[in-house]
Amino acid sequence: MSQEQRAVERARKAFCTGRTKPLQYRIDQLKNLQRFIVERQKEIADALKKDLNKSEFGTPLYETMGLEGEISLAVSKLAEWAAPRPATKNLLTVSDEVYIQPEPLGVVLIIGAWNYPWAVTLQPLIGAIAAGNAAVIKPSEVCVHTSKVMGALLPLYIDKEVYPVVTGGVQETQELLQHRFDYIFYTGNCTVGKVIMEAAAKHLTPVTLELGGKSPCYIDKNCDITIACRRIAWGKYTNCGQTCIAPDYILCDPSIQDRIIEEIKKSVKEFYTEDPKTCSDYGRIINKRHFKRVMTLLEDSTIAMGGQNDESECYIAPTVLKDVKPGAKVMQEEIFGPVLPILCIGNVDEAIDFINQREKPLALYIFSSDNKLIKHMITETSSGGVLANDCLVHFSVSSLPFGGVGNSGMGSYHGKFSFDQLSHLRGCLIKQLKMEGMNKMRYPPHTAKKLSWARFFILNQVELSKLGRWALFALLAVVVAVILQVRAIPATWSSVLC
Amino acid sequence: MEKQAVDGARRAFNSGRSRPLQYRKQQLSALLRLIRERQAEIVSALKRDISRSEFDTPIFELIGIENDIKLAERNLADWMAPQPVKKTLLTITDDVYIKAEPLGVVLIIGAWNYPWSLTLRPLVGAIAAGNAAVVKPSEVSKSSASLLKELLPQYLDTEMYPVVTGGVPETQELLKQRFDHIFYTGNSTVGKLVMEAAARHLAPVTLELGGKSPCYIDKDCDIAVACRRITWGKFANCGQTCIAPDYILCHPNIQHRVIEEIRQTLLEFYGEDPKTSPDYGRIINQHHFDRLLALIEGCTVAVGGESDKSQCYITPTILKDVLPHARIMQEEIFGPVLPIVTAGDVNEVIRFINERPKPLALYVFSSNKKVVRRMLNETTSGGVLVNDVMVHYTINALPFGGVGNSGVGRYHGKHTFDQLSHHRACLIKSLAMERLNMARYPPMTPSRLRTSMFFLRSRSGSCDQALRAWAVVSSLLRYSDIIVICFG
Repeated sequence: MSQEQRAVERARKAFCTGRTKPLQYRIDQLKNLQRFIVERQKEIADALKKDLNKSEFGTPLYETMGLEGEISLAVSKLAEWAAPRPATKNLLTVSDEVYIQPEPLGVVLIIGAWNYPWAVTLQPLIGAIAAGNAAVIKPSEVCVHTSKVMGALLPLYIDKEVYPVVTGGVQETQELLQHRFDYIFYTGNCTVGKVIMEAAAKHLTPVTLELGGKSPCYIDKNCDITIACRRIAWGKYTNCGQTCIAPDYILCDPSIQDRIIEEIKKSVKEFYTEDPKTCSDYGRIINKRHFKRVMTLLEDSTIAMGGQNDESECYIAPTVLKDVKPGAKVMQEEIFGPVLPILCIGNVDEAIDFINQREKPLALYIFSSDNKLIKHMITETSSGGVLANDCLVHFSVSSLPFGGVGNSGMGSYHGKFSFDQLSHLRGCLIKQLKMEGMNKMRYPPHTAKKLSWARFFILNQVELSKLGRWALFALLAVVVAVILQVRAIPATWSSVLC
Repeated sequence: MEKQAVDGARRAFNSGRSRPLQYRKQQLSALLRLIRERQAEIVSALKRDISRSEFDTPIFELIGIENDIKLAERNLADWMAPQPVKKTLLTITDDVYIKAEPLGVVLIIGAWNYPWSLTLRPLVGAIAAGNAAVVKPSEVSKSSASLLKELLPQYLDTEMYPVVTGGVPETQELLKQRFDHIFYTGNSTVGKLVMEAAARHLAPVTLELGGKSPCYIDKDCDIAVACRRITWGKFANCGQTCIAPDYILCHPNIQHRVIEEIRQTLLEFYGEDPKTSPDYGRIINQHHFDRLLALIEGCTVAVGGESDKSQCYITPTILKDVLPHARIMQEEIFGPVLPIVTAGDVNEVIRFINERPKPLALYVFSSNKKVVRRMLNETTSGGVLVNDVMVHYTINALPFGGVGNSGVGRYHGKHTFDQLSHHRACLIKSLAMERLNMARYPPMTPSRLRTSMFFLRSRSGSCDQALRAWAVVSSLLRYSDIIVICFG
């Protein structure tokens, strides 16, 4: 039996014991996860330094703090999230219990990515644990050191039968995908996303796919260009551009292109000094393959800033390209690197057309002081999320659902959305065996009169919570009157039934 | 032809005309007029397709559509409006909300058992959410499919909501095209194919499938009432309902009583000879007729068992002492055959249910609260209904859908609108208050990190007083920029 099969079967067996159901168990596991993050901060940071040259400050800021926030939100809200949710009744269900009950799905497969390996692997895990599921965790093999640490240390803190970590590459992932899961949560690229969904289809497994694409960044003439460029430079060059919601490319009027380039140069110097290679806050490309890929993208465009590189270190300087053409290599795929192309367009409507001719992005950024323009752009485009006048930070608002649309993904998570995404929201209706008189109108032999009563009751949906007490009494009086009425027609049926 | 319809729908969607509230309401009210004005024709088509009684059609098909349309008309402005969400210290002065947006072109593949409801209810949601939709009714319910093709263009925007009829080849051709969501109602086998096809374009799916919906009758309950309700649910539409109680589980001691009560109820409902009752339907076609007869083979018939191939008629049938491995227990019955499987106690019942694929509906008949609680807590299913069958379908506040093999996604009422929308996260910040951001920029220092952590940690806290204090402070900071500019 392969390690993958063993892990899945053990997780399923553990889930079937029912031990993930009690809220206390889930809270305990979440708190253990919290302890893991706090106690092992050093090992986590060291692994990230080796994988991505992430600075010691980058680890808490971009990876673990977000997780701690999500854990504490889940722990404090779990009872509320997991409780039955009452639903609006109709006249026929006035005296019944009608509610939606969140339930665990079963065994969730979480496939992480390499760019923020802790954040994008453990954040879905938080939702899976909170919702009462078991989970098989498959960190990305591309971040070699991080997946080793995850595999070795996570089982020391959380229930290793219920949440096994399976490490490995393409083969191990394919092996995993042969097995049946109750949900698959994948973060990565579109190509593999399609393969995952196809595999999921064989078992009718629902999926969340957090993908990517080219997130456009529009800079209006009417805005504080200095601040806009500082925020964009931060969003772009963090993690060396390897962020699914990094501003991928800029759209702006030709008259402000030079100013933008100057401001970005200034910000980059402030952030990373004259020589970012020596700066501990500046990262590296994850591996040689991606290094070569990103370098190729520069080939047919004009470099306005940066371009320096060192293959031995997988180092690419913060780079800006100017006057980029829509057909250029850099515009054909998600960049996922520290290269920022600028495309010049005439006006906001041209920008809107440009965006709409392409796949729906994961994020859309709009920099403008003109609220009307912002609203207009939002209305005329679509994207996973949209952020005006900043970059990336919508990711940290847990009351906003985070996810893509179209090619940028399906499903969403963060905060309560993770819990709901990884739960089955079961419709529940608890009736009594009394009041059988009410049901006569639905039984054969059918008559027109019976039908008209049935219509009356089904068509009137009542928001009982909004009714005042007196209105409720009046309603009940009507219902009683109707029962008496229905019982009276026709006398022959009641004699048959009694 | 299929590609043309899809391209036309996409062109229509791209024109933007399906987005305004007014347009959506217009189309919805036109759809309402269709089902009201043409009810007689719809009833006739269903009579031809499946021998559906003229009274069952409004109850089982049309009222649900009406309900959804009226709900959407009343609430659509609210549903479409931005939904503000909880802010954090960092977003206190920002606009933070979720906006429902259309997805684009939705493909709706209907089923044959309730061809109008299962095709038009998703369409109501698609229209309400501002999408275009390609409507593909099931070819198995021939008269309904051709009537729909004839009527829909007379009421709705033909380009935006084209009807494509046809069988397997036409559906396969449609599935090659790119959609922004695929809504399929039918069986698991085809469901898998639909999801595979959707995967090629990364189209999200809603799959309303089926399975064997168990019906547990406890010793502790009013068996006469329970059996009457079960009989109604099972034999309506000749058992061809995705949420029909598929089989009964009960203690062997009450099996005989259950059979007698159902037999008695059948007499009341359909008379001595159901074949002559206008309220009793027929099997949709020969293929399903043959399939059902094969399922009965080898089982003990307690009631019924007669059939007439020329009419696709199978009399209401009850099978007793059915064994778990009998053929009839291996697939969804979808016909007027009700097996009874005996089980010793609630533990056995729960085990039996949990050993099998998750059903679309679970029915529990009991007056014992403890038994009901256990059944609810220790099993799962798309939906669960205690002490009745099927009527949870009429409450559009309850999400209707399966789990596991019984389906993916859910709909009815606002759930359809949500399912067929993209809920876009929107955060509108201002370019002011840049000093607050300084802590996040490199070069990173321990003190900058501490400041960032303070703000990020507060994201999940709900200290309202702190938020209010911060609102004041942050407003001052914001205006301080202006003050400095004015007076500095």
